[in-house]
Amino acid sequence: MRFLFKTDYEDDIRLFPHSGYVLSYGTLLVLLVIAPFVLSSYFVSQLVFVMIYATVGVALLILTGFTGQASLGHAAFLAIGAYTTAYLQQFNVPFPVYFLAAGLLTGAIGALVGFPALRLQGIYLVIATISFAFIVEEILARWESVTHGNEGMRVKAIQLLGTAVSRDSPAFYFLCLGVLTLVIVGTLNLLRSPTGRAFVAIRDSETAARSMGINVSLYKVKSFAISAAITGFAGCLFAHKLSFISPEMFTLQLSIEFIIVILIGGIISLHGAVLGAIFVVMIDPLLTYLKDDVPGMIGGLAATLGAGSERAGHIQDSVAAFASANGLKGAIYGVIIVLFVLFEPLGLYGRWLKIKLFFQLFPLYKRATFKRQKIYVKSERNR
Amino acid sequence: MLDFVQQLVSGIALGCVYGLIALGFVLVYKATEVVNFAQGDLMMLGGFFAFTFIGILGLNYWIGFAGAVAAMALFGMLAERLVVRPILGYPQFSIIMATIGLGTFLRSVAGMIWGTDDFKIETPFSQGVLRVGSLVLAYDKLSVIAATIILCALLYLFFNKTALGTAMRATSENMLAAYYMGIPVKRVVSIVWAISAAVATCAGVLLAPITFIHSNVGLVLGLKAFPAAVLGGFGSIPGAVVGGVLIGVIESMAGFYLPEGWKDVAPYVVLLLVLLLKPEGLFGHVMRKKV
Repeated sequence: MRFLFKTDYEDDIRLFPHSGYVLSYGTLLVLLVIAPFVLSSYFVSQLVFVMIYATVGVALLILTGFTGQASLGHAAFLAIGAYTTAYLQQFNVPFPVYFLAAGLLTGAIGALVGFPALRLQGIYLVIATISFAFIVEEILARWESVTHGNEGMRVKAIQLLGTAVSRDSPAFYFLCLGVLTLVIVGTLNLLRSPTGRAFVAIRDSETAARSMGINVSLYKVKSFAISAAITGFAGCLFAHKLSFISPEMFTLQLSIEFIIVILIGGIISLHGAVLGAIFVVMIDPLLTYLKDDVPGMIGGLAATLGAGSERAGHIQDSVAAFASANGLKGAIYGVIIVLFVLFEPLGLYGRWLKIKLFFQLFPLYKRATFKRQKIYVKSERNR
Repeated sequence: MLDFVQQLVSGIALGCVYGLIALGFVLVYKATEVVNFAQGDLMMLGGFFAFTFIGILGLNYWIGFAGAVAAMALFGMLAERLVVRPILGYPQFSIIMATIGLGTFLRSVAGMIWGTDDFKIETPFSQGVLRVGSLVLAYDKLSVIAATIILCALLYLFFNKTALGTAMRATSENMLAAYYMGIPVKRVVSIVWAISAAVATCAGVLLAPITFIHSNVGLVLGLKAFPAAVLGGFGSIPGAVVGGVLIGVIESMAGFYLPEGWKDVAPYVVLLLVLLLKPEGLFGHVMRKKV
C-alpha cells in the first residue's frame, strides 16, 4: 500500500497523485496508439464506438455525476452535433470549422435548455429533458429543407489537409482517440478548477452551495452548456463513423443507453464513462456470440452429458431460438440496469475500488466499508 | 362544430387513458416519492394479460378483466418487493433508473412472449354507437370515460376517507415518522404498488379497443402520461385525470387543426410551458418550510 502524504492544496488537486498513475495511463495510451496496427479492423471499429460513447459518457458525467442534474435528452444533443456536421459539409466547409461549429452550436442550445432547467429538480428535470429530446426528434423529422426528414442525410468522409480520412482508417481512430483524450484531460482540469468544485457543491447540497456564495443558476447553465458542447463534438464524430444519419437513430433509447454508460461504469469518477462505454458497445458482439456459438456449445454439452442426439439437437434449437429472439437485447439491458442499481450502485469503477482496497488491506478488509446505510425518506416536496 | 365535438370526445377518451396511467404515477409518487417510469409498461402487460385471458383462453370479458387486474396487482407487489424496496429512500436518480430498467425488461419480455404484432380485445362495447342528433359517439370511448370517472372517485375516497389512505399520505410525508407512529410502512408501499398496477391494467384493457395492444404501447403512452401528471400537478389525483384529459384534447385538436407533426409534439410543448410558468401544475400545491 502506498501512503500519500498531502501537505498542501496543490497535492490535493494534482492530476496524477503519484508516479504510478503516469506509468499505468502512459502504458494504456501507448497500447491504444499501437492498437490499430495490431488489431483487426473489426476491433478497431468497435474501439472507435467505445471512444465516441465514452466522450458522451464524460459529458453526461459532468452534468449528472458531478452537478447532479439528471438528463434523458443527450441523444438530442448528439443529434444536433451530427446534423450540424452533415448540413455544413454540404457547403464544403472545412472539417475543423464544422467540428467546432457542431460543438459550439450544441453548447449554445444546451445553455438554452439549461435556463428552464434552473427551476426544475430531480424528476421534473428528467421529464423536461425527455420532452426536449422528443421535440428535437420531431423537428429533425419535419424540417425537410435542412435535415431531409426521414430520408436521412449522407455524411461524406472527412477532408483533412487535402486527403480524405475514411471512417475505417487508423487516422479516424486517432482523431477519436485525440478527442477523447482532450475531453478527459480537459474535464479533469475543469473538475479541479473552481468551476468544477462549484458543480460538486451544487450536487451535494444546493442550499449549502448557495450559502457559500456560489451562483447556482450560473453554474447549472454552465454545466448544461459544457456537457452539451462535448456531446456535440461526439455527435460530429458519430455522424462520420456512421456515414448516414436519420432522425430515428436519436431516440429516447439512445439517451437511455448513455445513462446506462455512466450508470454501469460508475458515476463517481471519469473512469466510469470509459468502462461503461466498453460495456455498452460490447453488448452487441456478446449477443452475436450468444446467437452463433452458445447454442452449439450447449447442444454439445447436452450430448456429452448423455442426452440422445435427437434430444441434444432439440435443446440446441431451443437455445438458438431464445438467443435470436427479438427483445433479448432489451431484456438484458433491463436486467443489467436493475441489478447494477440494486447491488453495485457505484458501478464497475466502484467494484474496481473494492477489489483494490481488498488487496491493500488484505487481512483486515471489511465488507461493511462500502455498505449503504439505511435511509428513511422525507418528502422532497417540503422545500 | 360537429367536427369539433367529435374531436373533443375522442380527445377526452384518449385523455382518460393518459389520465389513468398518470393516476398510477401519482399514486406511487404520492405514497413513496418514487416516480415509476415502468407505469406504461405495467399497463401494456395488463393489456396482454387480459388479451390472454379473453382472446386466447376465451373467458368472459368481465371475468378476464377481473383476472387481469388481480394478476397485475400481484405482479405490482412482486415488482415492488424485488426492484423498489431495496432502494427505497435512495436518490431519485437510482429509482428512476431502476424503474426504467424494469420497464425495458417488461417491454422486451412481452415482445418475446406475445410477439410484436398488434392485438385486439373484443369487448361488449366494441360494436355499438350512441347517436345524439347527428353526433356519433362510440361506446368504447364512452366506456373509457365512465370507467375513469368511477375509478377516480373511488381512489379519491380511498385516499381521503379511509385509514389506509391516510397512512399512505403519512408515509409520503415522512417515512420515519410514519414508522414510529405504527404504520407498517413496507406493507403500505406494497399495497400502493398493487393498486397502481391494477389501475394501469384498467387503462390497458379499456385502451385495447381504441388503440391496439402491442409491446411498445407502454412506452408511447407512458411518456404521454408524464405531461398529464405534471400538468395536473404531480401528487394530485384529480389533477392527474384532468391533466390527462387536457393532454388528450390538446393532442386530438392539434392533430386535427394544426399541420402534420404537431400532434406528437404538442403535449411536450405544453409540458415545457407548464414547467416554465407554473411548475407546481394546476392542482399541485407548493409546500414550504419556514425557517
